[in-house]
Amino acid sequence: MSPRRTDSGGLIDRLRTIRFTFDGAPYTGHAGDTLASALLANGVTLFGRSFKYHRPRGVLTSGVEEPNALVTVLRDEVREPNIAATMVEIYDGLTAVSQNRFPSLAWDVSAANQFGGRLLSAGFYYKTFMGPAIGPLKSTRFWMFCEHFIRRAAGLGRAGTAADTARYERMNAFCGVLVVGSGPAGLMAARAAADQGARVILSELEPRFGGSANWSGETIDGMPGADWAARAAGQLEGYDNVRLLPRTTVWGYYDGNVLAALERVTDHKERPGKGEPRHRYWVIRAKSVVLATGSFERPLVFPGNDRPGVMLAHAAERYTNEYGVLPGHRIALFTNNDSAYRSALALKKAGAAIVAIVDVRPELSSEMRELADEAEAKILSGHAVVATEGGKALSGIKVQRFDMANGALAGDARSIQADCLLMSGGWSPTIHLASQAGAKAEWNAARQAFLPPKPTQMWPTQQWIGAGAFTGSFSTAEAIAEGRAAGLSAAGGTGTPAALPVVEAAPGDPDPAPVFEIRADGKSFVDFQHDVTAEDVRLAHREGFISVEHLKRYTTLGMATDQGKSSNIPGLAIMAEALGKPIPEVGTTRFRPPFSAVSIGSLAAERFGDLRPERLTPMHDWHVANGATMYSAGLWHRPMIYGLSGETIEQAYVREARATRESAGIVDVSTLGKIAVQGPDAAEFLDRVYTNMFSTLAVGKARYGLMLREDGLAFDDGTTWRLGEQDFLMTTTTANAGKVMQHLEYFLDVIWPELKVHVTSVTDEWAGAAIGGPKARAILAACVTGTAVDNAALPFMGIVHGKISGVPVMICRLSFSGEMAFEVYSGAGYGTHVWEALIEAGKPFGLVTYGLEALGTMRIEKGHVTGAEIDGRTTARDLHLDWMLSKKKPFIGSAMMDREGLIAPGRLELVGLISLDNQPLNGGAHIVEALDEANPHDSIGHITACCYSPALGRYIALALVKDGKARRGTRAHISDPLRNRFGPVEIVSNQFFDPDGSRMHG
Amino acid sequence: MLITCPYCGPRDVIEFTYQGDGNRERPQPASQDLDAWNAYVYNRLNPAGDHNEIWQHSGGCRAHLRVVRNTLTHEISSVAFARGDHKSVARHKTEGKS
Ligand SMILES: [Zn+2]
Repeated sequence: MSPRRTDSGGLIDRLRTIRFTFDGAPYTGHAGDTLASALLANGVTLFGRSFKYHRPRGVLTSGVEEPNALVTVLRDEVREPNIAATMVEIYDGLTAVSQNRFPSLAWDVSAANQFGGRLLSAGFYYKTFMGPAIGPLKSTRFWMFCEHFIRRAAGLGRAGTAADTARYERMNAFCGVLVVGSGPAGLMAARAAADQGARVILSELEPRFGGSANWSGETIDGMPGADWAARAAGQLEGYDNVRLLPRTTVWGYYDGNVLAALERVTDHKERPGKGEPRHRYWVIRAKSVVLATGSFERPLVFPGNDRPGVMLAHAAERYTNEYGVLPGHRIALFTNNDSAYRSALALKKAGAAIVAIVDVRPELSSEMRELADEAEAKILSGHAVVATEGGKALSGIKVQRFDMANGALAGDARSIQADCLLMSGGWSPTIHLASQAGAKAEWNAARQAFLPPKPTQMWPTQQWIGAGAFTGSFSTAEAIAEGRAAGLSAAGGTGTPAALPVVEAAPGDPDPAPVFEIRADGKSFVDFQHDVTAEDVRLAHREGFISVEHLKRYTTLGMATDQGKSSNIPGLAIMAEALGKPIPEVGTTRFRPPFSAVSIGSLAAERFGDLRPERLTPMHDWHVANGATMYSAGLWHRPMIYGLSGETIEQAYVREARATRESAGIVDVSTLGKIAVQGPDAAEFLDRVYTNMFSTLAVGKARYGLMLREDGLAFDDGTTWRLGEQDFLMTTTTANAGKVMQHLEYFLDVIWPELKVHVTSVTDEWAGAAIGGPKARAILAACVTGTAVDNAALPFMGIVHGKISGVPVMICRLSFSGEMAFEVYSGAGYGTHVWEALIEAGKPFGLVTYGLEALGTMRIEKGHVTGAEIDGRTTARDLHLDWMLSKKKPFIGSAMMDREGLIAPGRLELVGLISLDNQPLNGGAHIVEALDEANPHDSIGHITACCYSPALGRYIALALVKDGKARRGTRAHISDPLRNRFGPVEIVSNQFFDPDGSRMHG
Repeated sequence: MLITCPYCGPRDVIEFTYQGDGNRERPQPASQDLDAWNAYVYNRLNPAGDHNEIWQHSGGCRAHLRVVRNTLTHEISSVAFARGDHKSVARHKTEGKS
């Protein structure tokens, strides 16, 4: 028999024994135990070490708010730190270890920190490491030196390095009523809403439905609360319109009643069942929400309140009634309210001796005195606990006379032997979700708590109704009535049906005395997890941190993994006292998601790895089958080179570009954005969108166009083909296809709705191949039927329709490579067919396929711009495209493009660079007038694109250089310290090759 | 946040692209009033309360919508096609208890 397990009682399955280890030692517990209850049953009192001082810590609570008993759970190679032992359900083989101890939990070298308390007081990090530099201890460097040691001594658990192999899942759910919390209020609300026919989801963060009914010892409808709750949950299970979610924490409340929840599906199992994820992330869209999230009991702040064996009163009651575990045999209680008396009686009934009930209040009701009598407990009214004794377990407490009115202590301190001290500092409603939803909590002086506001003050986009302890109604009878009313109202129902369940409960006044702290010598903890003491809060105040938000950051109060669930109100109360203000004037911080820790894996769920869609051109498989090395350009996969065996990338693209200029080359241009611009006002629209004229373009001709943004900077370029009077095919750069589409849609919808124009993205409808070079026309002549392709039929920028290998094609004579070139478009489904026919026709002419590298090389030789130059900072003038700016009409950007700064001298202008040392140039390299390798400075520009030019036999580049046009013919240097490349260059025109265009015009 | 598209019905905000302050007035295309252009291109209202915004249903019908949204509460009081067909105003009431 475990030393602290009761002989009977509790909801655990005593017939099932479960074996687990903690810090390597084997233990047993029962099915239904948490790690905390099982260890307590085994007499374990020491659960961990505190964050800063490494003080020994036990378990403070029995639930999600636990600040002390954090453990690391190991599963195979995966370690998960900072899990509250109160939330871990034991299973056979569970392996848990304690945290913050070195080398062992019982013997910790850093525990000496607690004797150097001043060293680690509030603001320690700021003061020590961010202050002014003093002598050699330059703050940041000093921090870097110390960090290693501090990180080891402080901090929470250690994260694992093994990949998490568990599966996580995301679910979307919709419901009429989401009930959060399944205590008596939540169970009643779910039932009432379900009876109205509403679709209901009931979530409960614990494994068992019922909340306080499982341990309060109260009787509901003539049966023990736990039985009543089990019956109510069982009945709900029978409803088709109810979904029960145990082990599910609703952690986020977002706009439009969207709530996020984490379901721990298999953490309590030895192995997940087939197909079960570890966690499930629920996104719940609820028409309305019932918040029945209950309340948290508050600790009292007094010296030694963190010693193992000091526990919240209700937690002890819960361990006793729900888990059959007595946290001590000689138990003292320390309280400022009535609820502790019920706890005392529960523990007495389970076999413990109640040695004292220390109550700060001088006057007690006769009901409380009767409860104390029944518990055979001595009442010390008007007293306070001023110290605790013992090491890794409690051995006794010291009490003194206490005057509630002024906080003064009087008389001699008395020692009382006890192995467990239960404290109750009143209750705080769990208003976190309401606060996330924007509700401003209101201080209630009687309850000494922040209560959620009345529904009238709620934000319109969040529709919740509160019930039970969440609203400050701490009795079960009130919870039952409010729960049913909330469920009815949330489901849109009215009326009061049959009588409410009858509750038999111990009496008690819900209002505590306004006492939060006993000021006496010694460390009194406010935030247990972050080791923030009452003195730290006062120190912060003395140093000027008087806003609650500053206080929080300076002391780190409430910023640990428990987010101050138990420490917020005591911290505020101490701050308020220091400020001499009432608590509501100090204010509370707004809670933000998540309510409790959420696994990152659940947020990612199935969406990990590279989930970007792949865009493949119609000819993709052909490229791959014919030796192309593919390259991703945005979402597209495009051939980079078609390398021959043994070729380097440079050798391959040089060969491809040279062959194109000598005979002919073909490249897949299906990725270009293509937008059908159609309608009676299409030409007018294009005149407004492009800087140059399109209304004058003849049908059957194409024109190169430039677009600016509204602010006058260059946006995108491409050719647009006039296929009919009211029918244009616009092409955009590959990268900007989506942006241009959105741009056009915006203007048609918002700015010029009167224009009769329709735009349609047709990028994926057309396959495109560009074929260029001296032999390109001969190749087309050899395979195109139904139209001539000679100069008369197909002049520069002309468009013809014909067929290739029986497939209709549209051919436009335009050139990006600078060669006589044609773009051949066919329906996407025929792309490979037409491509293969072109390849076949080109064989006798030495046609080569070329990829992006050769394409880029030929465009650099021609000085054409792409996204590297149209970078959102350059104007048409900077790129020498001012010849395209029509003076005959306004266009998007025309009013803004001539602003002072955009035409001032000193702008970066497009130039060409030739490497004078015959070494390659690097993209992004800076250009300087004078070389200073040791201390590079005064950049006058940078390289945007570079290559080896087979046409020039030189390494060349395009660059944006300050006043670049005027520098043509001068020399400069590239300065690239990152890649250690320095060298002389000549600045030339960006048009390196065939500047008058004789080759493409033919 | 849900936006009720007049075409598509109530949809999650993830389907929409914010296209900016809907109060901006674009000067006439030929206007040379640089101050007016400057205001249009760079100035945005930032009210604490109801705001007139343009949203594109980019993951749906692609229509641009004029949305009146309360920047404090995210409450959406009206949605209409930006094209200005006032008959198409969608009644947008936050779903809730009736
Ligand atoms: Zn839509």
